Amino acid sequence: MDPNIIRELQEFLGKQSVLSAREDLMMYEYDGSIEVARPDVVVFPRTTQDVVRIVQLANRHQVPITGRGAGTGLSGGALARQGGILIVFSRMNKIIEIDLDNQGAVVQPGVVNLDITRAVEQAGYFFAPDPSSQKSCTIGGNVAENAGGPHTLLYGITTNHVTGLEVVLPSGEVLRVGGKTMDTPGYDLTGLLVGSEGTLAIVTEVTVKLTRLPEATKTLLAIYETVDDATETVAEITARAITPAACEFMDGWTLRVVEAWVHAGYPLDSAAVLLIEVDGLRESVEAQAAEIIDVCKLNHAREVRVAKDAKERDLLWKGRKNAFGAVGRVSPSYYVQDGVIPRTKLPATLRKIDAIGKKYGFEIGNIFHAGDGNLHPIILFDPRDHGQYERAVAAAGEIMAHCIVVGGSITGEHGVGFEKSELMPLMFTEADLEAMLRVRHAMNPAGLLNPGKIFPFGKGCGEVRVKPFPVTSSTPL
Amino acid sequence: MTETRTQKQVKGFVGDDKPSWDDYARCVHCGLCLNHCPTYRLWGMEADSPRGRIRQMLLVDRGELELGDGFVTHIDRCLDCRACETACPSGVEYGKLVEFTRAQIEQQHPRGLFSRLARDAFFRYLLPHPRSIDLAARLTKIYQRSGLAAFARATGILKLLGLDERERLMPRIDDRFFFSELGKTFPAQGPRRARVAFFAGCIAQVTFTKLNEATIRVLTANGCEVVVPDGQLCCGALALHAGVRDVARELARNNLEAFLRESFDAVVTNAAGCGSTLKEYPQLFQEGDAEYPKAIAFQAKMRDVTEFLADLGLAAPLKELPLRVTYQDSCHLAHGQRIREAPRKLICAVPGVELVEMFRSDDCCGSAGIYNVTETAASMEILEEKMRYAMATKAPVIVTANPGCLLQLRAGAAMHGTKQEVLHVVELLDRTLAS
Ligand SMILES: Cc1cc2nc3c(=O)[nH]c(=O)nc-3n(C[C@H](O)[C@H](O)[C@H](O)COP(=O)(O)OP(=O)(O)OC[C@H]3O[C@@H](n4cnc5c(N)ncnc54)[C@H](O)[C@@H]3O)c2cc1C
Ligand code: SF4
Ligand code: SF4
Repeated sequence: MDPNIIRELQEFLGKQSVLSAREDLMMYEYDGSIEVARPDVVVFPRTTQDVVRIVQLANRHQVPITGRGAGTGLSGGALARQGGILIVFSRMNKIIEIDLDNQGAVVQPGVVNLDITRAVEQAGYFFAPDPSSQKSCTIGGNVAENAGGPHTLLYGITTNHVTGLEVVLPSGEVLRVGGKTMDTPGYDLTGLLVGSEGTLAIVTEVTVKLTRLPEATKTLLAIYETVDDATETVAEITARAITPAACEFMDGWTLRVVEAWVHAGYPLDSAAVLLIEVDGLRESVEAQAAEIIDVCKLNHAREVRVAKDAKERDLLWKGRKNAFGAVGRVSPSYYVQDGVIPRTKLPATLRKIDAIGKKYGFEIGNIFHAGDGNLHPIILFDPRDHGQYERAVAAAGEIMAHCIVVGGSITGEHGVGFEKSELMPLMFTEADLEAMLRVRHAMNPAGLLNPGKIFPFGKGCGEVRVKPFPVTSSTPL
Repeated sequence: MTETRTQKQVKGFVGDDKPSWDDYARCVHCGLCLNHCPTYRLWGMEADSPRGRIRQMLLVDRGELELGDGFVTHIDRCLDCRACETACPSGVEYGKLVEFTRAQIEQQHPRGLFSRLARDAFFRYLLPHPRSIDLAARLTKIYQRSGLAAFARATGILKLLGLDERERLMPRIDDRFFFSELGKTFPAQGPRRARVAFFAGCIAQVTFTKLNEATIRVLTANGCEVVVPDGQLCCGALALHAGVRDVARELARNNLEAFLRESFDAVVTNAAGCGSTLKEYPQLFQEGDAEYPKAIAFQAKMRDVTEFLADLGLAAPLKELPLRVTYQDSCHLAHGQRIREAPRKLICAVPGVELVEMFRSDDCCGSAGIYNVTETAASMEILEEKMRYAMATKAPVIVTANPGCLLQLRAGAAMHGTKQEVLHVVELLDRTLAS
């Protein structure tokens, strides 16, 4: 990288906020995914103005810019695939305003998801999008990935809870879109930007909607002897048009791993469990819970437990939310998938995943947001063993292809990023991709923002052409 | 950008005392620990986060990163508070990793002369030797009592030397030392419910004599016969955290002998930091070593005083004490030993006491062994946030479970004028003993 760029960055950000030594850059070549790519310089802005100056500088020198929140992403989104400047938002982490009267808050992009809820829960509110990584991931990352979570089923995803954004365009122009209300006149640019994976603009401020804590909540754990019974239950809950707040599936293998850490009382000898939550007004919660218990029993649930207090409920959720991480206890590396399928196809798809695992010789754990058909098969592999990485990627490809065949999608909430960009043509026609590229071109004409993401390599018009960073198959992290 | 493998090869970790692949590869770089790490929250840098530190260990081990100044700085800045262990779903034993890493640094990284001399003096010649502690304490007492301290403060010499904050953190040397109690047995009051050995600490014997005495009073009042075995030495925690494993191992050998000579129902400590190391003595030895089975037997007996009392159940009658208190989880109790309920149970057992939870009560206060002396600026920033949350509880008393935390929080209360009193759980209990 041109030393002048680094010097200029240091001039207006201060030396403490610019990293360019090799050993420092190595700390930003990874995220929660299995990809690796190293930036050329890392900067820590504190204000929108800092971001503007960084972007202007990048524009002047035509170097790529990539944003990064907490780096918990599972699709390599926060990796500087073509080098350049990585903007880390960890120091832009102030809650600017909490406006309870209007059920909203204005926050900087580096604010941790759970910290929003923590700031308002005493007053009876919460921030509804609850990705399992919520104790670490940032709102900026949530906006970029349009993150979801277990409670997405009832409450919706990030886009349903973000009403306004302040963003910096690649030109350095600051744009404010949306506002404090759900609908603003004109194009819904907020909607366009949420989920754009940092390829259209850099987010510098987010206006979120706060949700009232429900009056009552009931958490059920339905325990099954077979995977099919559990998935049939999901299909039937859907068919009866019951919408629980959350409906999560964990197979027996995964819950044994999780139980070793959380000690929530997950049954070790079962084939699968469903963690179902209903919330709302007290009376309706009771009625819904009763009906769900009925459906579970009809589908041969061995037992349906009801969490007796908040503590038990928290423990059950703690197990679910930390499930990916807990896999590290038994395997040095894993590859999480994020496919979506119609819920009616759940039983057959799980059988297919099982078969793919057998074919490639991998253990594949299954844990997913069953309520919305968002699968997260976890392929366990050992990167020290030569060839396992490549085989894991191949197995993942087959699973994704299957999701598309049954009418689903290759990502539910983790984003396309760098990891799944090559799979996009499986889902979209040339015309579809062209349409998306035209949108990108309108906002990010030189392709400087987060290049190498979403679109298959070489597809981006005006993409800065640098050779892609080779994925090292030896990365054991 | 792809130079990783062709860079100059550095040798990586050597010998037995090193982080093993099995331990660091448990980290699946999910990042769920980040926001629980005080240093990450302070600086927002991956290199000062648990995930980043583990990544650096791996890179050093693979020879892709030099075991040089940068690496050492990031490892030095770690509080070893182990909050990341609590947060980590993958079961990464971070404390073990950082201790082994520091052992590597100690062996391989040349420190400046002054730093080396200071470290040697402290870890090798002071802590392991009660007589040296006694002498140093007497000298310090002269400094503190003779007006020299007041003089140094008044003239601004301390400020000039950049030592003023550190001086505030310095414990006041006791009038009487606890050394004279070694070898004694304190009979149980009423029927004997248990016979325990008391671990008295090293510096605590010249700075926390009153806390040690209170601990013995509370234990005996609750039907415990308390023996203070002679021949016990420093637990080795500070040396271990600094990577001086040979000294820690020698101290462990000594303590295993001192405490396993007789049979006790439990060995009890009032210092969470010591307790955590004492419970982990097996990690200092290899499975084949003669000490290993002893360390396992000792581990089975080792209890934090709050853990022990909560299990035993309080038998002594307690006076009513109408008081609002908040509890600061000591890291090596909450994260190191996974004990959160016991101290709270004891606090709530005091009639009239109302426990108000503090926001982020299980975040480190910045004391972290001698961190407040070695990394003073960071420690003070961490403390500042802690005092803000402590003040927000409006509790006039902060209760905690470790001498180091007591010192730090007392300094914090003074510096930030919160007017809060800081007590150990057993000091609170001692105050309410009816007799
Ligand atoms: C254990 C685990 C569980 C997870 N569970 C879920 C889940 O349940 N649901 C879910 O949806 N996801 C989940 N994820 C994925 C991940 O946590 C989410 O994608 C999250 O939104 C990423 O946030 P982050 O702050 O870590 O962003 P990063 O990983 O740092 O970045 C993600 C993307 O956001 C962009 N970005 C970040 N900040 C900005 C900004 N200010 N402006 C523009 N672009 C920006 C980056 O360029 C990148 O493309 C999980 C991850 C892990 C490790
Ligand atoms: S939570 Fe555990 S596995 Fe995840 S990054 Fe931190 S140390 Fe690694
Ligand atoms: S021990 Fe504490 S300071 Fe060190 S990495 Fe873990 S959480 Fe951070």
